[in-house]
Amino acid sequence: MSATERPAGAAVAPAGQPAREPDARRRTSGGSAGPGSDRRRSRRGRPLSIRAQRAVAAWLLAAPFFVLFLVFFAGPVLASLALGFTDLRSTDLRHPFAVNFVGFDNYTRLFQDETFRTAMVNTAIFVPVTLALTMALALAVAVALHRGIERFRTLFRVGYYLPYVTSIVGVAVVWRIMYQHDSGVINRVLGFVGIDGPNWLESTTWSLPAIILMTAWRGMGFQMVIMLAGLSAIPSGMYEAAEVDGASQWQRFRYVTVPMLRPTLLLGAVLGTIGLVQWFEEPYVMTRGGPLNSTLSVSMFTLNQFGFGNYSYAAAASYVIFAVMVALTVVQFRLLRSNT
Amino acid sequence: MSTVATRAPAPARPVPPAARGRRRGGDGRGRGGRQWWIYAVLIIGLVITVAPFLWMLLSSFKPDAEVRQVPPTWWPENPTLDNYRDLFQRLNFPRFFANSVIVATAVTVGNMVFCTMLGYALAKLQFPGRRMLFGLVLSMLMIPTVATFVPLFVLVSNFGLANTFGGLILPFLAAPLGVFIMRQYILGLPDELLDAARIDGAGEFRILATVVVPLCGPPLATLGVLTFFAQWNNFLWPLVVAQTEDKYTLPVALALYAIGQNNARFGLLMAGAVVIIIPVLIIFAVLQRYVVQGIAVTGLKD
Repeated sequence: MSATERPAGAAVAPAGQPAREPDARRRTSGGSAGPGSDRRRSRRGRPLSIRAQRAVAAWLLAAPFFVLFLVFFAGPVLASLALGFTDLRSTDLRHPFAVNFVGFDNYTRLFQDETFRTAMVNTAIFVPVTLALTMALALAVAVALHRGIERFRTLFRVGYYLPYVTSIVGVAVVWRIMYQHDSGVINRVLGFVGIDGPNWLESTTWSLPAIILMTAWRGMGFQMVIMLAGLSAIPSGMYEAAEVDGASQWQRFRYVTVPMLRPTLLLGAVLGTIGLVQWFEEPYVMTRGGPLNSTLSVSMFTLNQFGFGNYSYAAAASYVIFAVMVALTVVQFRLLRSNT
Repeated sequence: MSTVATRAPAPARPVPPAARGRRRGGDGRGRGGRQWWIYAVLIIGLVITVAPFLWMLLSSFKPDAEVRQVPPTWWPENPTLDNYRDLFQRLNFPRFFANSVIVATAVTVGNMVFCTMLGYALAKLQFPGRRMLFGLVLSMLMIPTVATFVPLFVLVSNFGLANTFGGLILPFLAAPLGVFIMRQYILGLPDELLDAARIDGAGEFRILATVVVPLCGPPLATLGVLTFFAQWNNFLWPLVVAQTEDKYTLPVALALYAIGQNNARFGLLMAGAVVIIIPVLIIFAVLQRYVVQGIAVTGLKD
């Protein structure tokens, strides 16, 4: 940097000198500081102007993100809420004044809508069951990796994490073919142990469990990584103390690992819930929500209504998902706080 | 720094020789003992985890009749490249692949720039509105596309951006996760470095570009990989906004093909899945450290 030769001068000069340039100009000179900035630098020094200058710089740095945020996130979130109280349809896009305020009509209609209720029930089953299954598997693997073995930890960690980085659409396509009744590899493998596998995706009984299994398979590695981070934060002295006190392996798990891991588990539950409540690609690709809506999710319902052109109805449905998500998160964070 | 604290499992502490004898095998830290069955279970689990990918690869080289055969064959009996050839020659997959690359790359670069800028401001500059901005970023972490896509589509249509790359890219340029990652990392950089540059007369933009960014390799890698993956796999928004084939990304094209025809060719679907999944797996295998760290950082925010 050209300036380094005379740093001392810079430090001495400014104190008494009045600022002759307006703040704004100096700020821009700072941004493009080249050889010419030496002189200006010497006038910089009053704490207030530096602070103001930094504030301007900070807001300039924040501006692109902030603008994009307002336009593409905050705006639509609020607009979505507002839309839910109107009767906007796709055909109204060119005539915005034809749109009416309809109060809670969309919401009352939603909760009387048999299809929407089915989607809610499916989601109410899918989310907790998948989350419990995923986290139970992840906990077992994480504990085994953390305290059970010494070698190949990275290999296992990476291997178990693999499915989570892949496209849900991609894996849903693969699993759809693996779930085929006669030609599917899953029933073939089950056949080896004497199980006559069902026609997974064509059965109202088995289609949802099939999707749950696949989702747990894909999400397990994510929960595992979070848990491994939590496990490595438990002081090993606690295990040693428990051992000295004669605690069995199970007791050490039950009375040291589980309580110490509780914040991590709740955090995993929050993140997992946020992801699962929006489930959508799996039924979209594997079952189209069927058979007989047995795998229809709320997100899919929303997208279908959007596809029919019922924009305000879709917006109302999407806000129900959003509200449920916020509520669940608040509840979980309450639990998190009260336990730490 | 959380990146350090959360780096996966701490190496096993050395055990004093005297203690080692007493240790029961089940504890796991002793050598031998019952460790072998833990390995056995973990290996079985790993096989189940990886098997669908192997199955996908194998099936993608089978003719359609063989994929639908009862019972299924394990190894392709008549290996063929027909699925890939049709994918790329008949189904326009080069176009979809290019679209996916364009969108994911643009979004990744945008996030690396904008999130670093805001992350630096939030971490190192005092300014009015800072807490408010950070609160906004945090609150955005959990806003799903499904909650915003309807008005977003109306907005994007009014801008004339429906079915354009702008419409595919712009809504994802400012993602909160990246800000969070960058802020956490930059917080840990020593203030003395920045002050030294300020004494030398550098402005904040210059400090960011010449002092901060060169030190931000690891979080930028994390941010880059996570953003690229998320965008590569993104489905709902591209499905809504891309209306003609020339704007489809890979997941949109594959999903629409999979559900579009009653007897979509299974072999072709498998090959399509390979094209979506394998690039990500390769990038992940090379850069897994940054991905896993990134998850740990976002997981344990303190």
